[in-house]
Amino acid sequence: MQKQQETPTNMLENSKVLGPVATIFDSIHTGSWRLERPKVNFEACIKCGICEKNCPPNIITVHKDRVESVEIDWYYCKGCGICANECPKKCIAMVDERGEL
Amino acid sequence: MYKIYKDSKGLVAHGVSACAGCGLELIIRNVLDVLGEDTIIVIPPGCSALFSGFGKETALKIAGIQGNLENTAAYAAGIKAGLQIQGNEHTTVLAFAGDGATVDIGIQALSGVMERRDKIVYVCYDNEAYMNTGIQGSSSTPLGANTTTTPTGKNTSRKDLIKIAEAHDIPYAATASVANLVDLRKKVQKAKDTDGPALLHIHTPCPTGWGFDTAKSIEISKEAVNTGAWILYEYEAGVRKISYKPKELRPISNYLKLQGRFKHLKENEIVEVQDEIVSRFHKFMSEL
Ligand SMILES: Cc1ncc(C[n+]2csc(CCOP(=O)(O)OP(=O)(O)O)c2C)c(N)n1
Ligand code: SF4
Ligand code: SF4
Ligand code: SF4
Ligand SMILES: [Mg+2]
Repeated sequence: MQKQQETPTNMLENSKVLGPVATIFDSIHTGSWRLERPKVNFEACIKCGICEKNCPPNIITVHKDRVESVEIDWYYCKGCGICANECPKKCIAMVDERGEL
Repeated sequence: MYKIYKDSKGLVAHGVSACAGCGLELIIRNVLDVLGEDTIIVIPPGCSALFSGFGKETALKIAGIQGNLENTAAYAAGIKAGLQIQGNEHTTVLAFAGDGATVDIGIQALSGVMERRDKIVYVCYDNEAYMNTGIQGSSSTPLGANTTTTPTGKNTSRKDLIKIAEAHDIPYAATASVANLVDLRKKVQKAKDTDGPALLHIHTPCPTGWGFDTAKSIEISKEAVNTGAWILYEYEAGVRKISYKPKELRPISNYLKLQGRFKHLKENEIVEVQDEIVSRFHKFMSEL
């Protein structure tokens, strides 16, 4: 048991902590879960930032200075649809992940 | 401190295995964004443990410990005492626990913290059941809600956590919700600045456990506030203050009909739930 507990600890470079310790900050590829994908109509977007604030994985960035104002990190987007549901202009549509581009 | 394999915008990793549409995910990001890097977190088993990580990996850039369901508050109090003895008054110690870990299994440790006036921030994210182990009912499960242990709907009302805090007369306690993130963030800041225990009780929509479309998390939380099913208020220095008062309570069916856990309710049972919510709301208002 003791041996097993110390294994991760040995990976620490500058600290001597006993017990199982996480030393790596990492992420999983949650984008692979997606069944539907948010598609933004940039012409109707008012760049209010509501989608960004309500996205649970926090992977939307609204760019005030760009025509393609809403940037979504597809590696993480789970396709939950909250951004589409909360957008005050209703300018996000959820489309089939395997459908149109 | 950590080896960063995949970086993130804030203190929380972007790719965490919380379900799509999870309200808890939005809460932990906002809480840690306000509290900042100088925070130590204590997380018990439950869905929030998804953020503690597995084995060598974590989803948080701050220091933290994965505790037990019984003692989140006690762990936090011990860490705070250790910091204080080293002369560190600046680091925030955050207990971040579910409803089961708070209102049922960890209530004794929390009561101890509140009585001793330990200066910690305690967040109870309330998804109204034991979600991580398969949707068992807790004493936060509301009247009428179906869970795997209340298959015909829970026949008693929920426990009132903030009233328990009021009974200990702690300096700051508040309810919050993802329905209003600005209000939530303001309350987290107040909790951080409080000299003594601060408790936040946050309504947490859970698409998996409540049975609704993942896109509806925020919409449902707003319905909870507008129907009176969730009251946004603060208890500060002995005084209660409502944070948002709906002009007129909307019919509870607006909230119930969006969720699978209430779909078994018959008309007369919906009336019972409506009566309970309305009378609780009026009692609350009369006690302000
Ligand atoms: C004393 C004890 N009993 C039971 C468990 C099993 N268990 C692990 S997580 C969990 C659910 C906790 O529910 P809650 O605190 O509401 O968090 P949620 O999963 O809903 O986020 C349970 C029952 C445990 N770890 N310890
Ligand atoms: S919520 Fe809608 S209008 Fe606002 S920034 Fe996002 S896409 Fe644009
Ligand atoms: S679908 Fe969900 S995860 Fe994807 S960008 Fe919208 S809110 Fe974020
Ligand atoms: S079960 Fe509910 S609280 Fe737990 S991760 Fe899924 S949506 Fe979030
Ligand atoms: Mg729970």
